[in-house]
Amino acid sequence: MLSLYVPILVLAGLAAVFAIFSLGLGAFTGPKRWNRAKLEAYECGIEPTQQPGSSRFPVKYYLTAMLFILFDIEIVFLYPWAVAYDNLGAFGLVEMVLFIVTVLVAYAYVWRRGGLEWD
Amino acid sequence: MSGLASAAHPGLAAADPTLASFDHQPWWLVTIKVLFVFLFLMLMTLFAIWAERRVIGRMQQRPGPNRAGPFGLLQSLLDGIKLPLKEDIVPTHVDKLLFWLAPAISVIPAFVSFAIIPFGPEVSIFGVQTPLQLADLPVAVLLVLAMSSMAVYGIVLAGWASGSPYPLLGGLRASAQVISYEIAMGLSFVAVFLYSGSLSTTAIVAKQSGANTEFHLFGAILHWPSWYAVLLFPSFVIYVITMVGETNRLPFDLPEGEGELVGGFHTEYSSLKFALFYLGEYINMTTVAGLASTLFLGGWRAPWPISVWPDANTGWYPLLWFLTKVLLVLFFFVWLRGTLPRIRYDQLMRFGWKVLIPVSLVWILVIATIRVWRTHGGSPAVYTVAGLLVVALLTLLFMGDAAAQRRAQAAEEAAAQAGLPVRPGGTAGEPGPAGGGPGFPVPPMDLPHYHGVGVDVSPSEITPEESGESRATTKEVTGA
Repeated sequence: MLSLYVPILVLAGLAAVFAIFSLGLGAFTGPKRWNRAKLEAYECGIEPTQQPGSSRFPVKYYLTAMLFILFDIEIVFLYPWAVAYDNLGAFGLVEMVLFIVTVLVAYAYVWRRGGLEWD
Repeated sequence: MSGLASAAHPGLAAADPTLASFDHQPWWLVTIKVLFVFLFLMLMTLFAIWAERRVIGRMQQRPGPNRAGPFGLLQSLLDGIKLPLKEDIVPTHVDKLLFWLAPAISVIPAFVSFAIIPFGPEVSIFGVQTPLQLADLPVAVLLVLAMSSMAVYGIVLAGWASGSPYPLLGGLRASAQVISYEIAMGLSFVAVFLYSGSLSTTAIVAKQSGANTEFHLFGAILHWPSWYAVLLFPSFVIYVITMVGETNRLPFDLPEGEGELVGGFHTEYSSLKFALFYLGEYINMTTVAGLASTLFLGGWRAPWPISVWPDANTGWYPLLWFLTKVLLVLFFFVWLRGTLPRIRYDQLMRFGWKVLIPVSLVWILVIATIRVWRTHGGSPAVYTVAGLLVVALLTLLFMGDAAAQRRAQAAEEAAAQAGLPVRPGGTAGEPGPAGGGPGFPVPPMDLPHYHGVGVDVSPSEITPEESGESRATTKEVTGA
C-alpha cells in the first residue's frame, strides 16, 4: 500500500524543486540598489521600533492553539467512527453521544471562563 | 456486467476506479500525471487571477485589466514575468533562514494536497487503463487537512521571521484563523464520511453516483438527490464558510487586511518570494474548490440534465464537468469578495468557535441518529435519552452565555452610573492615561522624531565602517 504514496512524493519533490528554483532565481534576476531606508522594517513611514527576533504577542494565541489541539484530536477520533459507523449500529451512536457530551463539557467550561472571548 | 449496468442506468454507468487502480502505476504515467497536475495548478492560478480581476472589475463597474492580449488574458503571465525582475529585498533585521524558507513552506503543501482530487473516471492513456487522478489513499481527505495545517507554518514563520509588527500580527492572526476554521471544516467532513463509509476520494465520488436511489412516483422513475451538497446540506454550508476562512479570502481576509496591517504576513516580501505566497493562496483556492466538487457536488459526474446523455460520464468528458464545477466555486469566491465587507476579527473568531463548532457537533449527532434509525431501527428510549442529553447541554451553554452577557451589561451600567469611562469590550475601565483622553490610548504628541530629531542616522544604529566605507563605495539610491 505504500506505493500509493509514491506519486504524492513525486509531486512534493517537483513542488520543492520549483519553490527552491524560484527563490534562487529571484535573488539573481532582480536589480540591487542599496538604500538604507528600504532595508528597514516597513511601518508606514514611522521610524521602526526595534523588534528583537522573539517579540512578545498576546497569550490569547497560545490558548487558541491549545484549544485547536484539543478539538482536532476529537475530530481525529470521529473519522474512524464515521467510517465504521454502519457496522456499529446503535452501540456506536451511544458511544459517540457520550464522547461528544464529554467534549462539550470541556467546551462549555472554556466558554464559561471566557476562553472564547476576543477583545 | 458493465453493459448490464449501462442498460439499466444509461447516465450513471462509468468505469469506477478503486484504490487498487492506483497501485503500481507505471513510472511514465506517474510522470505525466504529476506534470499535468503541476501545470494545471499553475495555469489555474494565472487564469484565476485574471478572471478575478476581470469579474471584480465588472462588479465594480470598471473594465479591469484589458491591455495585455485579448481581453487582458496575458496580464497574469506578464505579471509573472515582471516579478522576478523586481528587486528581492531582504530587510536587515529579519531572521534570514526562516525568511527564505517561509514561502517554500507555504507553497509546497498547497501543491501536495491537490494530488488526491479526482478529475475523471478511468481512461486509456497510451493503451493503459488508468484513473484521471494522480493518487488516492485510504485516508485521502486527511492528507488535505494535514497539508493545510502544514501551510500554516509558512504563514506564521513568514510573519515571525520578518521581525516587524505588521507581519507578526498578520502571521498570528492568520494562524489562529486557519486553525479555528479547520476544526469546523474537519467536523463538516464527518457527515460525508458517515454516508460514504470511506475517506478515499474515489469512493466518495462513487457513492454520489446516484445508483440504487430510484423511487417511483406516479409511475415515473425518479432519483433521490445523490449529491452530498443536497443530502447533507448543513455540512455543505459549513464547509463553504470554512473553506473561505481557510484560504483567508474575503470576507475573512483579516490576515492581510490592507486597512490595518498593510500586507499582513507578506508585508516585507517582494519579488518572487511574494509571488510564491500568492501562488500558494490561489492553489489553495483551487484545492478547496476541487474538494467541494469532490465531496459535495458529485465529483466529476455530470449533473442531472446532462447525465441523461449516455456518454456523459465516460471517457474524457467528465474532465469538463469537473472543471465547470471548480470554476463555479471559484466564481463564488470572487462573488463573495465583490459583495461582502471584511468582518471584524473578534466577530470572525466568535463565529468560528461559538457558532460553527457547536452547530457542526449537533448536526453530526442528528445525522448519526437518523442513519442508525434508518439502517438498524432500535429502541426509541435510546434516542430519547441521547436527544435529551444534547438538548440539556445546549441549554446549559446558552444560559451560561446569556448570564455572562448580563454580567457584562450590569458592569457597564454600574460604570456608567459611577461616571467612569467604558471600554468597548464592555468592562468598566480605569480612567485613561493622563492627558490621553477618555479611555483611549493616544501616544504623546512630542516624540523626538516629530521634530526631526533622530530621523537621521542615530549613532547607535550605524557602525563606523558602515557610515564611512560602505557609504563611500555603495551609492545610496533614493527616490530623489
